[in-house]
Parts: sequence; C-alpha cells; structure tokens
Amino acid sequence: MSAASHDAHHAHEEHEDHGEAHGSLKDYVIGFVLAVILTAIPFWLVMGNVLPNAQMTAVAVMGLAVIQVLVHMIYFLHMNSRSEGGWTLLALMFTLILVIITLSGSLWVMHNLNTHMMPTTAHDMQQMP
Amino acid sequence: MSPDLVKFIFGRLTWDAIPLHEPILLVTFGMVALGGLTVLALLTRYKLWGYLWREWLTSVDHKKIGVMYIILAIVMLLRGFADALMMRAQQAMAFGEAAGYLPPHHYDQIFTAHGVIMIFFVAMPLVTGLMNLVVPMQIGARDVAFPFLNNFSFWMTVGGAVLVMASLFVGEFARTGWLAYPPLSNIAYSPGVGVDYYIWALQVAGVGTTLSGINLVVTIIKMRAPGMSLMKMPVFTWTSLCTNVLIVATFPILTATLALLTADRYLLTNFFTNDFGGNPMMYVNLIWIWGHPEVYILILPAFGVFSEVVSTFCGKRLFGYSSMVYATVVITILSYIVWLHHFFTMGSGASVNSFFGITTMIISIPTGAKIFNWLFTMYRGRIRFEVPMMWTVGFMVTFVIGGMTGVLLAVPPADFVLHNSLFLIAHFHNVIIGGVVFGMFAGIVYWFPKAFGFKLDPFWGKVSFWCWLVGFWVAFTPLYVLGLMGVTRRVSQFEDQSLQIWFVIAACGAVIILCGIVAFLVQIVVSIMNREALRDETGDPWNGRTLEWSTSSPPPAYNFAFTPVVNELDAWWDMKQRGYQRPTSGFIPIHMPANTGAGVVLAGISTLLGFALIWHIWWLSAVAFIALVASAIAHTFNFKRDYYIPAEEVVRVEDARTEALRSLT
Repeated sequence: MSAASHDAHHAHEEHEDHGEAHGSLKDYVIGFVLAVILTAIPFWLVMGNVLPNAQMTAVAVMGLAVIQVLVHMIYFLHMNSRSEGGWTLLALMFTLILVIITLSGSLWVMHNLNTHMMPTTAHDMQQMP
Repeated sequence: MSPDLVKFIFGRLTWDAIPLHEPILLVTFGMVALGGLTVLALLTRYKLWGYLWREWLTSVDHKKIGVMYIILAIVMLLRGFADALMMRAQQAMAFGEAAGYLPPHHYDQIFTAHGVIMIFFVAMPLVTGLMNLVVPMQIGARDVAFPFLNNFSFWMTVGGAVLVMASLFVGEFARTGWLAYPPLSNIAYSPGVGVDYYIWALQVAGVGTTLSGINLVVTIIKMRAPGMSLMKMPVFTWTSLCTNVLIVATFPILTATLALLTADRYLLTNFFTNDFGGNPMMYVNLIWIWGHPEVYILILPAFGVFSEVVSTFCGKRLFGYSSMVYATVVITILSYIVWLHHFFTMGSGASVNSFFGITTMIISIPTGAKIFNWLFTMYRGRIRFEVPMMWTVGFMVTFVIGGMTGVLLAVPPADFVLHNSLFLIAHFHNVIIGGVVFGMFAGIVYWFPKAFGFKLDPFWGKVSFWCWLVGFWVAFTPLYVLGLMGVTRRVSQFEDQSLQIWFVIAACGAVIILCGIVAFLVQIVVSIMNREALRDETGDPWNGRTLEWSTSSPPPAYNFAFTPVVNELDAWWDMKQRGYQRPTSGFIPIHMPANTGAGVVLAGISTLLGFALIWHIWWLSAVAFIALVASAIAHTFNFKRDYYIPAEEVVRVEDARTEALRSLT
C-alpha cells in the first residue's frame, strides 16, 4: 500500500473531501423508516387485495421496489453526485446502462424468439393466425 | 458397513469414479503423480517449503502474485494444449472405418476441457497476472488497493483449476462443450458429475476473478501517482481499467446464470428445462451477455501490451494516444450490445439479427482504428526488432485476418452457413491465438527483465515466435477450408475420406505449435542458466517510456522509495529527457501490507466445498461451508495487517542500487 502518505490521504478524504462517507444517525433513521414503509405498502397491497387486479398490483410492487432501491442508495450507501469525486455517480450510470441493456435486450430477444417458435400444444395451434 | 452409511459418507463417490479402465488416463495420472512427487521431494530435499510458504504462497506483493498467476497459466497451458493435440490426432486418424483412439465420451470431455481450460485457466490468469505485475508499477503505486484480497483471488483461481484437474482422475468432466448449454447440461441428459465439476470450478474461480477485477479498478482509480490524470495514464493501464470494469460488470451474470443451472441440477427447478415453462434459450442468451464481453476482457490488455511494445521499440510516442483511449472505451461499451451474434441461428427474426449484425460490424471500427495507430507509430520510427516487437508484428498480420473473418461471420445470412462449423473454430482461434496469446507472450518477454532482473534469451524467443506463427497458420488454415465446405465442430469421426488430408495438415500445424511451446520453456531454462550474461542492472533494458522502468529490476518490495510525480504522458521518458536524478538520501520508513496465509486457507476450504458439492457429500459440504465462514470471520481478527520497512533497510537497498548504477557508467 502506498505507505503513510496513503493513510494521511485517506484520513484527509474522509474528513473533508466527501463528508457524506458516513451518514449521520438521522440519515440512517430516515432511511430505515422509509425502507419499512416501502416494504409495508407492497405487503398490504398483496394481502389486502387493494387494487382491482393482480397485474396492477405487480406493477405497483415493482414501482415501489425501484423507490426502495433509491432509498437504499441515498441513505445507506450515501451516494450523491459529489461522493468520491463523482465516481460513484459514474459507476451508477454505467451500471444502469448495462442493466437496461441486459434486461431490455433479453426481453426483446426472447420475445422475438418465442413469436417464431412452432406451437407446442394443440391449443396453441388453434390460436395460430 | 451398510450401503446407506457408505452413501452418506461418500455421496456419489465410489471406486468406479477412478478411471482404472482408461489406459490413457492411467498413464497421464502416473506421469503427473511422478512429476508431482519429484517436485515435492526436491522441495523437501532443499528445504524450500518455508521459503515457498513465506515468500510466495502467502505473499501479498502484487509482483509475486502476478508471477504466480502466469506460472499457473503456463502449467494449465500444457494441459489445455495436450487436449488440443489429442483432438488433432483423433481427427487426423478417425475416418471411415477407423474409429481413432478416443471413444466419443472421452473425446467430448476433451474438447470441453480444452475450451474451459484455455479460456478460464490460461487466458484469464495470463491477463490477470500481467495486469497485477505491471499496473501498480505503471501508476507509481506500491501495491494494489487490497493486497490480501489479491492473494485470495489468486488462490481461488487455483482452486478452480484444481477442480478441473481433479476431474481428470476422479470422475469425469463435462461432455457439453465449453459453455454447457442446457438442455444437454441439465440433470436429465448429463446425470454424471461432469457438469458439476464444470459449474463449481467456474464458480470458485469466478469469485477470484470478480474480486481481482474490483481490486484493480480501485487501484487504478484511487492510487495513481500525483499528476497522473486519466489522460496521462499509460495505455496498458487504460486497457486494464476497461478490462476490469468489464469483469466487475459481467462476471456476476455468469455467476447468476450458473447458479440457475445449479438450481436446475440440484433442486430440480425448471429454469432451463424443455418443459414446465423452462427455456434453454434463456441460458444461451444470458451466458453470452457475459461471454461476449469476456472476449474483450481477454483482448483489451493484449491491445495495451502491443501499444506499450510498439511505442517502446519504435522509440516514439504512441500515435493517436487519445484516439486509442477512446477506441478502448467505445469497445468496452459496444461489447455489451453484440452478444446475439453468437446465436443468430437460434430462431430470432430479421429485426433482431440485423440489429446485432450491424452492432458487431460497428465494433470492428474502433479495433481497426487501433491497428492504424500502431502502424502509424511504426511509420518512420526507429524499429528495433526485438522479440516483443516480433510478436507484435505477427499479431497485426494474424489478427487483421481473424478480424475480417469475424466481420464475415457477423453477416447473419453468412452465419447461417458457417455457424457451428470449423470456420468459426478457425476464426476464434485466429483472434485468440493471434491476439491474446501473441499479446501475452509479447508482454511476458517485454516485462520479464522487470520481474526477474535479466532478459529472456532472444534466440529461443525467436524460435518460439516463428513456430507459433507458422504453426498457427498451418493448423488453422485447413479449418477455414473445411468450415467453408460445411464440416461442423465437435465431431470425433468422419465418413468422407477426402477430408482427411486437411485434418492431417492441421495436426502437423499443432505439432509445430508444440515446438513453439517447447521453445518457450527452453527459452526460460536457457535464460535462467545464462542469467549473468543477460542481467540488466539499469532497470530500463529496452529504453522504456513508462514508470515501471524507472525502478530497479527486480523492483524492491516497495517498488518506489519515493512516489514519483508525473508531468507528462510517458512519464519515465519525460523524466529521462529532463535529466532526472534518482534521490539518494532522505529515505523514510515505508508502510507495507503484511503477508497472510488466510487466502490459501479460504481458497482451500472453498475448493473442498466445491468437491463435496460435486459428489453430493452433504455432511462435508456443511462442514466446509461452516469452516469457510468461520475462517473468514477469524481472519477479521488478524490485526497484524501491516508493517514498516525501516528507513535503514530502504537506505541499504537504495544505496546498493546507486552502487550498481555507478558501476555501469
């Protein structure tokens, strides 16, 4: 490791460059409460059959999951546009691009494949145009 | 003992798993055992165990770990190449009535093992090893960001290699091809342990690869010498950064895909089965989302090596440094949107196929730009045709042809004719041997004097180069021809006698490559014997341009007594131009990470866990898993993580170097 200078450098960073590295107790409490609320709502949606159909419930649960991810990133991982000199934001954007490519690409490819598949059951065969 | 108890203790492992009825394997085992015992006996005879353990196996020094990675890769190269020779021999003789000497089930294991070993345990350790050895020195750092993690990563890679090697003598290896496509790799069609060896070997090694990727990304981003902005980084460091970003981003996909396959095999889920809603094509889709970036993980560091070699041996700045960096970054991104070209024929429609065909053609543009940059660097340069430069020129000629056949395969209609044919085999060997292997040999010859303090013997280096170059073309041109005639891959016996001559020529080519490998090993032995004549006292034997050449060869444990300050691209060249004077006084104690055996222990337990899971020895799996967690926790209580090299020691080492440098002039 880069010697004593690295330690000094390290300490320097933690205290001045990115004060967000270790959040305050308040941040953790806010994060925890939000996480609990965002977990309770989907549970309630599913158990209480609140929305008219299952598909809408699924969409709502996934939407809440995305918000949950954001809460974790902001309050627990302390990510913002300034932390680590912008590297965390850059890494996040790169990750998002790759996840979007992977998910949307896979869905597109597999959907396209499925529409070209031969029907496997008599029922499917009747549905053929 | 009751059969139930035996089954409980040994799982699926029985005496039948030992291939006593396979003479080839028995002879191999005999030779390996004899060689292994000889090495162990010599180590004991010369009392080297303590030295080996303290100085190498537990070392967290990035240079030693890099060297160990490369040694692992060379050992595995011998195994993988033995597989290649066996395949070439089988295909050269098995025509018409003749069945050759390998039964199909054995032949299938060999081509699977060849692919897995060559990619995961030869190419990957070579690339990781070279990055480990060179990157910290190129950026003026004393080690990587997480030195213990580095040692652990290496031993996990070894663990994976051990599992693959164990499959040779205990049980069998997968018979599925190197990516283990389901449904063939599912439990219904591969009930044996072969696929399980495959899965756990890759999972254990994959942990190491991912961690080493994280380690090097952090090292490059956080530990560059003062003044070294991103656009002043050496090109090899740039390509290493992009490679490691790719590793961190894609290896989790491989891990997840193999985990789903594991669930299918162990828990009888239906992710990739033919029925109950499973879809084997999803596996193919997912594994290539990892698999295509993997190709660039291997080739980008080789591009970096060529960039360093070309500018050093032409005595010029690299032509178009920034275009080189941008080309690398563009390749990094584009490598994510081409994966479907590996399965054009799987049934996608015209829209999907044409999209991925076009993106594949686009990715050849930045690669082509790099070739021109190297050529323009050579243009009007003072070219010294030393061995690394010969590998580079050989690469440019070979790789361009491989790239062109790649663009040919990127045209979906052409791919429908050539898919799964020997044309494809010839193409990817053309780019992997011509690109990655040549690049790694160039890198080994180039940085060997830095790592060990003496150059490699040029005569045997040239013999090795010419054998590889000629052997490659003799071995793979026939496969191009055969592929165009429609001969498919992975076939152990042919009907058509008229094809035989091509396979015989290809086998001759493989023998020429064997001469290249032998010449490489001879080169190392000869160089060690002549090390005094080949000794390099300056630390800068090639008149280099980057920071690793500013320190001694081999470098002291701390690399640099003072962290260098960078003003220019090609920092060391710039320092030499401005009459840089080595500091000879004012040394202070240096803070360094301490060696630890935890990496060996953790990786050893992981390997045992893999072995237990492969053979369904559940009690051992449980014990190994608990031991793994316990050892990891115990390691966190090891507070002896670092030490200081006393100032007197630094003074002693640096004075010796001052003395050595003075005696040269």
